[in-house]
Amino acid sequence: MDIVLMASSLPKLLSAAVITLKLLSLSLFFGIFIGLIFAILRLNKNPMINQFAYGYSYVFRGTPLLVQIFIIYYGLGQIEYFRSTFFWVIFKEPYWCAIIAFALNTGAYTSEILRSAFQTIKPGVIEAGKSLGISKKIIFYKIQIPVAIRQSLPAYGNEIILMMKGTSLASTVTLMDITGVAKHIVSTTYKPLEVFLMAGGIYLFMTFLIHKSIKYLEKKYSFQQ
Amino acid sequence: MKIFKKTILTVLASLLIVGNVYASDKIRIGTEGAYPPWNSKDASGKLIGFEVELAYSLCRYIGRQCEVVEQDWDGMIPALQMRKFDAIMAGMSITDERKKVITFSQGYADEVASLAVMKGSSLEGMNTPASISLSQPNGDAKKALKTITKALTGKTVCTQTGTIHQNFLESGDVGKVNVRTYKTQDEVNLDLTSGRCDVALAAAVAFTDYAEKSGKSVVIVGPTFSGGAFGNGVGVGLRQASQLGGTLGARDAELLKAFNKAIDQAKKDGVISRLAIKHFGFDASM
Repeated sequence: MDIVLMASSLPKLLSAAVITLKLLSLSLFFGIFIGLIFAILRLNKNPMINQFAYGYSYVFRGTPLLVQIFIIYYGLGQIEYFRSTFFWVIFKEPYWCAIIAFALNTGAYTSEILRSAFQTIKPGVIEAGKSLGISKKIIFYKIQIPVAIRQSLPAYGNEIILMMKGTSLASTVTLMDITGVAKHIVSTTYKPLEVFLMAGGIYLFMTFLIHKSIKYLEKKYSFQQ
Repeated sequence: MKIFKKTILTVLASLLIVGNVYASDKIRIGTEGAYPPWNSKDASGKLIGFEVELAYSLCRYIGRQCEVVEQDWDGMIPALQMRKFDAIMAGMSITDERKKVITFSQGYADEVASLAVMKGSSLEGMNTPASISLSQPNGDAKKALKTITKALTGKTVCTQTGTIHQNFLESGDVGKVNVRTYKTQDEVNLDLTSGRCDVALAAAVAFTDYAEKSGKSVVIVGPTFSGGAFGNGVGVGLRQASQLGGTLGARDAELLKAFNKAIDQAKKDGVISRLAIKHFGFDASM
């Protein structure tokens, strides 16, 4: 074990963790909106609309994230017409390609998490609102959404951790996140064990922090006061 | 706690057993299978190319059976050290940096590197000599490096991870370059054609091969590079015998001798020249 290498790679890996966190937070930010919109569409009575939303989540949950990144990054880049459109400004950058792929992917999972949370809200809760003469709209915003978000916290915490690990795929499209920098160090030192152990350690620590924060939120917004 | 210890011991023991399975009599040779025309795969997934054919000829000279196995480029040297195979033949240039961790046979072929752009790039028509050597750069070479430094400013330069080309770009010889690295040369080619890369650096033959097969208008610009960061030709990568004494170390030392002798014979018989002309279109033997 090359302890010196482990120590000297730590600062490089930590500064790469900033990229990982940026990728994660932006993907989750966009992913929540996508998830919420598609969860609401899933609950729509119109079969055209809810089947469309189902199709979206089916496609993005049913294919590997790596394949999705490759299609968005290498695939779209090969279409000459696409490169002449305005979209190319965004899709030219590996950073945005990764965020788009991650956001679409986590959006699909988030929509499923939220949908099941909406469906588990007891009808009595909504009826109680109605009996008090509260409008449907306000019931939705003030009762259904907050309850659904609280219900989905444990599952969503898992999704954040999965997504955090998923960001390591950004290194396949040339981004220098934790995994990208680790690979770069290995390519000149030929010592994968030491470097990837350090990288794994950083990921594990991030998982620990996410896990603790979700647990804290769960407790804070617990129904059993 | 006892169970925990037992589990760990069992896992370690099984790893050792798995590791030893590979110590058979066949020489196992690792190649990337993604760097045509040096080594690549045909449509059915079979390994083909200059080095794959050369590997089997060298083994005939050595008089032992061979198996060419596939390994991703970025894990090539670690895989050799873990004894997943016994030798590397993957267009790997002999460099001082690599010699710190592995050893090389004598060179069997020489490759020059070059820059490539898409037709219509501003880098076309760069005023430089046809080739420069970085071993002892003369006045012309130094001037050429300056011209290239200027041309690369503000450009995204793409290359494969862990290659001599990446080392050169990060060496400072051409200033501070915005380098983007890829796992395979295929991906470099894709992003060169898509326009995400302004320039790419690789073995000259990798670009000519791609241009020919894909029909894309990839153009080679500037001089061809050799020497210095680009190493001294391509050789068979082997484990350093000193890393591990005993029988295994002795076996590695023997293999180095055997490969050197086989390459001598293959050169004398013109086998390497013939294979080089077949795959590269010119005699790249050393």
